[in-house]
Amino acid sequence: MTDTTAYGGVESSMSATGVTIDAEELRRRSRELLAGYDPATTGRLDFLRARFDAGLAWVQYPVGLGGLDAPRALQAVVDAELDAAGAPDNEPDSILIGLGMAAPTILGFGTDEQRARFLRPLWTGEEVWCQLFSEPGAGSDLAALATRAVRDGSGADGDWLVTGQKVWTSSAHVARWALLVARTDPDVPKHRGLTYFVCDMTAAGVEVRPLRQLTGEAEFNEVFLTDVRIPDRHRLGGVGDGWRVAQGTLMNERVAIGGTAIPREGGLIGIVADTWRRRPKLRTHDTYQRLLRLWVDAEVMRLVGDRLRQQLAAGAPGPEGSAMKLAFARHRQELSGLEVELLGAEGLGYDDWSMHRTQTVDFLGRDAGYRYLRAKGNSIEGGTSEILLNIVAERVLGLPTEPRVDKDVAWKDLPR
Amino acid sequence: MSEGAEERGEGRSRDTTHTTDKPSAAPTGAERRSGRGEAPCEGAEERAADRGGDATHGRPSAASAGGPRRGGHGEALSVDLLYSEVEEQLRGSVRDLLSDRCTADDVLARCDGGGAPYDMDLWRTLAVDLGVAGLSVPEALGGHGASAREVAVVMEELGRRVAPVPFLGSVVLATTALLRGDTGDLRVANLLARLAAGETTGTLVVTLSTPPVAEFPTPVRATPAAEGFAVTGTVGSVADASAADVLVVPAIGDDGEGLYLVDAAADVTVSRLVALDLTRSIATVTFTDAPAHRIAGPGDASTVLRHALTVGAGLLASEQLGIAQWCLDETVHYVGERHQFGRPIGSFQAIKHRLAQLWLGLVSARAAARHAASVLAANDPDTAVAVAVAQSYCATVAVHAAEEAVQLHGGTGMTWEHPAHLYLKRAKSDELALGTPGHHLANLAHLVDIPPPEPDAG
Ligand SMILES: Cc1cc2nc3c(=O)[nH]c(=O)nc-3n(C[C@H](O)[C@H](O)[C@H](O)COP(=O)(O)OP(=O)(O)OC[C@H]3O[C@@H](n4cnc5c(N)ncnc54)[C@H](O)[C@@H]3O)c2cc1C
Repeated sequence: MTDTTAYGGVESSMSATGVTIDAEELRRRSRELLAGYDPATTGRLDFLRARFDAGLAWVQYPVGLGGLDAPRALQAVVDAELDAAGAPDNEPDSILIGLGMAAPTILGFGTDEQRARFLRPLWTGEEVWCQLFSEPGAGSDLAALATRAVRDGSGADGDWLVTGQKVWTSSAHVARWALLVARTDPDVPKHRGLTYFVCDMTAAGVEVRPLRQLTGEAEFNEVFLTDVRIPDRHRLGGVGDGWRVAQGTLMNERVAIGGTAIPREGGLIGIVADTWRRRPKLRTHDTYQRLLRLWVDAEVMRLVGDRLRQQLAAGAPGPEGSAMKLAFARHRQELSGLEVELLGAEGLGYDDWSMHRTQTVDFLGRDAGYRYLRAKGNSIEGGTSEILLNIVAERVLGLPTEPRVDKDVAWKDLPR
Repeated sequence: MSEGAEERGEGRSRDTTHTTDKPSAAPTGAERRSGRGEAPCEGAEERAADRGGDATHGRPSAASAGGPRRGGHGEALSVDLLYSEVEEQLRGSVRDLLSDRCTADDVLARCDGGGAPYDMDLWRTLAVDLGVAGLSVPEALGGHGASAREVAVVMEELGRRVAPVPFLGSVVLATTALLRGDTGDLRVANLLARLAAGETTGTLVVTLSTPPVAEFPTPVRATPAAEGFAVTGTVGSVADASAADVLVVPAIGDDGEGLYLVDAAADVTVSRLVALDLTRSIATVTFTDAPAHRIAGPGDASTVLRHALTVGAGLLASEQLGIAQWCLDETVHYVGERHQFGRPIGSFQAIKHRLAQLWLGLVSARAAARHAASVLAANDPDTAVAVAVAQSYCATVAVHAAEEAVQLHGGTGMTWEHPAHLYLKRAKSDELALGTPGHHLANLAHLVDIPPPEPDAG
C-alpha cells in the first residue's frame, strides 16, 4: 500500500523525463539546488532565479515555468527544505497580486510567449503586479467599466490606445505591470465588449496618484490612463473575451484565501487571547462571552479551511472558498473591534497617522486601532460581502436572480 | 468587484447535500478495512471525493481515524474532515430507508394523540437489517467495528428526517458507556452483543440536559442486595427510556459512584413526559429497589459516564448538522417556488442573503461536526476541545436554521401541518441536550485557558 503513484497526481506525478516527482524526489532536488547555490554565498535574486529554473518555485506549474507539474500539496516539502537551509524566499506578502491573481491568469489565458516573459520575474518579485479593474463608476458592477481601448490604425494586430481612470489600485505605485480590463466595444451589452490586457505601468500616459486611506497610509491609488500604448501581444485572451478572463482572475483571488493551514489560535485570535491571559484587569463579563464565541468561530473557520484544502487535494473543490472570505471578513471585523474595546485607555490611542505609501499590510504587526480600521476593507476588497452573498445564493443555492435592467442593453445606452 | 452571479465561472449546483445513490448495509469491519486501507498508514487508502466531483477520484486520507497521524508534508497532522466512500454508502442506505419509511407525513402522523412516539418497526429495520446499532461495537463483541465517524453519518441522516427512533439513547449513550465498562464481564459482553444485533434497546438514565462535565448525578441510591445490588430513586427527562429494555444507571452506593445495569421490566416505572421535542421521547424513570448489576465502581464510574456524555455531545453535532441541512434545503426549495409581487420570493435579496448566511453556517457546522467525529473516532487527546467547539457551534446553527425555515415559510411555517415545527422543536431541545452552548463554552474556556473576569470586573 505504499504505491503513491496510485493517486493520479495527488501524491506524486511523472515528470516529462519519466522521473516520479514525489516528496522524496523534491527533497533531493531542493538539496541539489542548495548545493549548487549556497544561500550563504549566493545573492538573493540569483538564488530565487535558480530556484525558479529548477522548477521549485511553484511545483504545480508546468516544467519550464517554475514548476514540475507536481501536486500542489508537495510545495510544502520544498519550502520546508529551503527554509531549514536559511534560503531567501520571494517575500510572498509583498507580491500577493502577482502570485495570487496575475500568475494564474497568465498561465490560464496567456500565450506561451507571455508566460515565458512574465512569470519568472513575477515570481522572483523583480516585477511587481497590480490590478487595474475598479473604476469610479464600476466597482461591484465591474462589467460597467468605461476605460476605452481603441486600435491605433486598422491592422488586426495593431497597438491599442487606452484612456480612462482606475481607482483603489493597490500597489500601483510600485508595480511594473498591471492586469487591465478595458472596453473595446461600447455597442454591445456590457459584459461582451471587454478585453483584457497587460499594461506596462512605466509607459507614457500612466499617472499614479496616492489615495490616502482611513488608516492614514496609502496602499491604494488612483490611476489615470491617457492614450497609453499597449502592443497587441500584451492582450490576454481574445478581443471581447475580457469578462471571461477577469472571472478567472477573481476566482483565483478567492481561492487564495484560506490557502494555507494555520494552527489553532493562529493569527489575530492568538494575539487577543494572549492579551486576555496576560492582563486580567482588562476582562469584563461582556467581552468574555464575545471572546469565547470568537474563539470558537476562529477554530471553526480554521477547520473549514482544512476541509477545503482536503477537498482540493481530493480533486473536488467545493464552493467553500466564498464562505471562507465572508466568514473571514466578519470575524476579523468583530475581533478587531473587540480588541480595541478590551484595551480600555490604550484603545483610545493610535500608532501612526502619518501618510506614507505601503506595499504590504502589516496587519498583525501594528496596533489594535490600525487593525480595527484596516479590517473594514476586508468586506470590500476583492468583492464586497453583499456581492459574495449574492453569488452564494445564486451559484451555490440556485436561487433565482433579481430582475435585471442592464443585461441586453448596449453599454453605451446604459443610464449612468 | 464582481458582477451578479449569473455570468461567473463557478459550477452551479442546486444540491447542497451530500448524497450517494448506492444503497448498502452498514459496513462490516472487513469492508471498512478494504475501504480505508488495511494499514492506516501514510497515503495508503483511496477514498471517494467529498461531493460535487467524480466519485471515483481517489485521495489519500489525511489522518485516518484510529490510525497514526501522518507526517512529512503539507497536510501533516490535519484531521480527516471528508466522508469516505464507505461512509457515503452507509449514508445512502440509511437515507433510502428513511425516504421510504420516514417521510414528514409519517412522522407527523405519529405526533398526534397519545400513540407511540417511536416507530419501532423502522427502528428494527435500521438496527437489525442495516446494522446501525452495532456500528461502534468491535467485531469481537458482535458489532461492526466501525467508529464514531460512521455513527455521526447516521446521526446526520436521522436528524435530516427527525426520525423517531431511540438511536441517541441506545446506540450512542448506553452502548458507549457499556463499551467503556468492564467488557470482560459476561453480562456486559452479552448485552453489548444483543444491543449491536438490534435485539435489545437501551438508554443511559441521566437527565438529557446534563452536560458532560457535570457533577456525577446523585438522585439514585444503590444498596447491596442478595444478588448484586438494588437501586432506588427518580431521574427526570431521560431520553429514549420509553423504548428501552435495559437501563444504564448512574447511582451512588455505599462506596461511592457506580454505574448499574437494570432491566427495565423489573421494579422500574417509566412515565413519558409531554416534551417540547415531538420526535424524541423523554420520561421520568423511577426505581424502587430494582435489581441492579454493577458495571463500574467508584474507580471509574465517573470517567465512563463523562466519556459517554462527551461522545453523545460530539455526535449530537452531526444530528444538528442534519437538522440544519433539511431546513436549508427545504427553505431554498420553497422560496424558489413561492411567488409574491410577481416573482419568486427567493429572488428578493433580503431572502437570498439570509439563506446564503445560513449556508455559511452549515459549511462551518459541517467542518466542526466532522472534526468532532474524527477526533472521537481516533480517541484523540483533543476530544474535549473538539466536542466543546462542535456542540456550542452546531447547536446554534441548527436552531437558527429551524427559525429561519419557519420565518421564510410565512404562515405555512406556523402550521402544525408543515413539518418545519418538528425541526424547530428538535433543534431547540438539542440545544439543551447534553449541555447548552453556554455550558460548552464555559468548559472550553477552561480547556484552552481563557480565564473568566475577576470578581469585581465590569
Ligand atoms: C483596501 C482595498 C484595496 C483594493 N484594491 C483594489 C485593486 O488593487 N484593484 C482594483 O481593481 N480594485 C481594488 N479595490 C476595489 C474594490 O474591489 C471595490 O471597492 C469593490 O469591488 C466595491 O466597489 P465600489 O467601491 O465601487 O463600491 P460599490 O460597488 O459602489 O458598492 C457600494 C455598496 O453597495 C453595495 N452593493 C453594490 N452592488 C450591490 C448589489 N447588487 N447588491 C447589494 N449590495 C450592493 C456594496 O456591497 C457596497 O456595500 C480595493 C478596495 C479596497 C477597499
